[in-house]
Amino acid sequence: MSHDNSPKKLVYMANQIGKFFAPQKHETAVAGIANHLTKFWDPSMRTKIVRHLSDGGEGLDPLVREAVQTLRVEQSDDAGYFG
Amino acid sequence: MSLITEIDYGTPASRSDKTVTLTIDGMEVHVPEGTSIMRAAMEVGTKIPKLCATDMLESFGSCRLCLVEIQGRAGTPASCTTPVAPGMVVHTQTERLKALRKGVMELYISDHPLDCLTCAVNGNCELQTEAGNVGLRDARYGYAGANHLADKKDESNPYFTYDPAKCIVCNRCIRACEEVQGTFALTIDGRGFGSRVSAGQMESFFESECVSCGACVQACPTATLVEKSVIDIGQAEHSAVTTCAYCGVGCSFKAEMRGEELIRMVPYKDGKANHGHSCVKGRFAWGYATHRDRILKPMIRAKVSDPWREVSWDEAIGHAASEFKRIQAAHGKNSVGGITSSRCTNEETYLVQKLVRAGFGNNNVDTCARVCHSPTGYGLGTAFGTSAGTQDFDSVDETDVVLIIGANPTDAHPVFASRMKKRLREGAKLIILDPRRIDLVRMPHVAADYHLPLQPGTNVAVLTALAHVLVTEGLVNEAFVRERCDWQEFQDWAEFVSKPRNSPEEVAKVAGVPADTIRKAARLYATGGNAAIYYGLGVTEHSQGSTTVLAIANLALATGNLGRRGVGVNPLRGQNNVQGACDMGSFPHEFSGYRHVSNDAVRSIFEKAWGVALDKEPGLRIPNMFDAAVEGTFRGIYVQGEDILQSDPDTTHVARSLAAMECVVVQDLFLNETANYAHVFLPGCTFLEKDGTFTNAERRIGRVRKVMSPKNGFGDWEITMALSNAMGFPMNYAHPSEIMDEIAATTPTFAGVSYAKLDEAGSVQWPCNESAPEGTPIMHIDAFARGKGKFVVTEYVATDERTGARFPLLLTTGRILSHYNVGAQTRRTANVAWHEEDRLEIHPHDAEQRGVRDGDWVKVSSRAGETTLRALVTDRVATGVVYTTFHHPSTQANVVTTDFSDWATNCPEYKVTAVQTSRSNGPTGWQERYREQAEQSRRIAETVEAAE
Repeated sequence: MSHDNSPKKLVYMANQIGKFFAPQKHETAVAGIANHLTKFWDPSMRTKIVRHLSDGGEGLDPLVREAVQTLRVEQSDDAGYFG
Repeated sequence: MSLITEIDYGTPASRSDKTVTLTIDGMEVHVPEGTSIMRAAMEVGTKIPKLCATDMLESFGSCRLCLVEIQGRAGTPASCTTPVAPGMVVHTQTERLKALRKGVMELYISDHPLDCLTCAVNGNCELQTEAGNVGLRDARYGYAGANHLADKKDESNPYFTYDPAKCIVCNRCIRACEEVQGTFALTIDGRGFGSRVSAGQMESFFESECVSCGACVQACPTATLVEKSVIDIGQAEHSAVTTCAYCGVGCSFKAEMRGEELIRMVPYKDGKANHGHSCVKGRFAWGYATHRDRILKPMIRAKVSDPWREVSWDEAIGHAASEFKRIQAAHGKNSVGGITSSRCTNEETYLVQKLVRAGFGNNNVDTCARVCHSPTGYGLGTAFGTSAGTQDFDSVDETDVVLIIGANPTDAHPVFASRMKKRLREGAKLIILDPRRIDLVRMPHVAADYHLPLQPGTNVAVLTALAHVLVTEGLVNEAFVRERCDWQEFQDWAEFVSKPRNSPEEVAKVAGVPADTIRKAARLYATGGNAAIYYGLGVTEHSQGSTTVLAIANLALATGNLGRRGVGVNPLRGQNNVQGACDMGSFPHEFSGYRHVSNDAVRSIFEKAWGVALDKEPGLRIPNMFDAAVEGTFRGIYVQGEDILQSDPDTTHVARSLAAMECVVVQDLFLNETANYAHVFLPGCTFLEKDGTFTNAERRIGRVRKVMSPKNGFGDWEITMALSNAMGFPMNYAHPSEIMDEIAATTPTFAGVSYAKLDEAGSVQWPCNESAPEGTPIMHIDAFARGKGKFVVTEYVATDERTGARFPLLLTTGRILSHYNVGAQTRRTANVAWHEEDRLEIHPHDAEQRGVRDGDWVKVSSRAGETTLRALVTDRVATGVVYTTFHHPSTQANVVTTDFSDWATNCPEYKVTAVQTSRSNGPTGWQERYREQAEQSRRIAETVEAAE
């Protein structure tokens, strides 16, 4: 694995998540993967994986591709004292 | 403030619910059946003279001092061994008893040095007290006869002395070692007058199996076993009850003081986690608090290659805040973050995450639980709805089958291990899943019924095989599952585990555990009565850590081992406040009480309380922060009480990440390894120097009480507050109790918690709120926190960290009794006497193949890096597996561990690293470069005094 939040590493991490959900029913698995990415990945990581998919999504397992397709990333910029 | 003294009732309390009425010295007494006469008398304030009895131990009846007369019965029975009976009439003081007691005491005193004035326990000696109580004025036998007064003192233990000249052979120390600690290190050597307490087989205490828990010292009624600190300083004049800052057991101690000097830490009998017991760390290893290495003044520097410059608090805080602001202005608000510490209090942890969320304006906050128990949070949260263990420690007293997975309680959670061993000695069965032969597999009076020495990385496969047996052999508790769980989810799971590939016979091929052993272990767990699972980092620190936690939960659900005493799923937390740090909202995706940041209703609670808009997106986790730093998008970090460089995996990568940042702020007691890459150092304070609370592994919130002024000038909470104010986000708490009030106001599971409540109850277990005003010892009694218990399919996915020709061995890591985590504290105590370096355990077969002998220097290489350490050749590890601890920075065990991590939480896979070992002549190039860099980095510029 590479040592940054590069697509290669994120693809590896997303596929790891995919392998956990893979034994579940197809719709549940896709939703589970997408939900996991939304709940635990920060928006910059999600943005990268979405962008990677739009660039062809090399290396992403089929279930994960489906899940990433459902992601919507909104960068929030109105938070915090400096917001 | 005065010295807290606890009543010694002489014998343990009876648990009977039947009451017996008797008369003692004319007073009617009502006590539970089974109570001793001695205890019954003490219940009404009558203290019968005693020496061999103490209420931490079963009665023994050897000293013959506690004799009483009972109407209608012949003789003078010992009150400690005689139970009460209905209508019994007892006299504790008669002419006959007075004469007998005085005679007994004469014999004791005739062989005891009469040096009371210069004795370390003068005024606090039970022999001295009882001699006075029985009216002894002389010993008719004189002092010239045969005696033991010239017996040699054993001063080998770093913390206490054994002076046989003062020993009255009451056996309290031996019984404490057996009954309380369960080590059986002490015995009586010889017979009659020659009887002497012996450590091991007449060895010194240090050389014997003694684990230095201090139970014998606490039990000793004379100065035979006494703390060296008491000998050196004298006795305490006041004390306060506080909570230990070491492991997740969270023992209560009396910090016994003279002025602001700590004399000793004595385990508190009313402590609900430890019931008066302790281990070598909490009891004795507190000297780091005053160690010369402590940094007491704030320091800053422009570059990490510069020497440190001592500055005022205002300058240090102002510099840190201006740097964070500068970085955010240049690189965006998400370019900085913070790390909270499981070593700090709940209140301090809460403040750090508040500073990050509200002051920095992002959710880039994480905690060291990321690298230990984050999979517990995910797994138990998913299965049961609460990210915490289900039981209290006392629950083990009603357990019939103990199942330990990936934990080594006698080293890492020693006080709870003693409770567990007691239950095992009473007959509970034991199953252990561990690649290594931990002590509990076989030790005095404890032996595992089944040890499953599975290959590292195969936890999920083995647990699913256990489930396979439950389902295919009809051992599922269907009534429980139907009532308490989702039946369809259960059926899906049952179908999955029943597949042939999950059978013990198939799993045996990858896990290396005989199928028959897996089957027998599963049957025992399902049919042996109350079964409880205890697990540790051997479960969580894997690429399938979260899956393993779910597989554990599945077993408990399928067998109905939840929701009552004696059963449950119990994560043994590593550091003192891992549970609390997680509870307090340290994870980037959730607020206190495990509520996701995207939940509008929850976020509005905090936005209202803090007066600021909050980010609804999760922030970066620690490994993501490191990766982002290398990438250049994350440039500033505030690290409170954590040594990420030493404790996190793949040290080379962590170092590179820290080196890439523009502002690293470290708040700690010492210039730890992370501080080598810091630009601002804010000196922290010890648990003795501040008020607060810790939450232990059983969700118990206990008070930490300040017993001395902070040597650095401020509590850690005050430092975070100053940084926040300098950042422009105001925090104004006058006392940590106000922070707890805010936690209670914003966190439903803590709604009933306050310092007043903790002072009144001693401690409480969350949830503590309107529904459970006195707290919740056992969770999920009638329903799960999430409603129905959730079965989850747990497919085994082998780790990508594979052995091969280049790296043929599997390295797994762990802890040792005498040290704590990265060793920053314990390495600065006499505990180094037991473990002065990390060693590589290697099986004799693997050692022979490589020409490695015991004590040789060996190089350990992985794809991440290489280090050297000395070998310990032992068959505790299986062939193909090597093991080491990570307590010493010179070893750099984490140079070798890789960046593979748990799929759900990014918890690092510390427990599986493919390595090769070979003989070595000395340190690796990395170690030498690191040592040089560390020395350079720790330079502190001399302060130039202003001219007068």
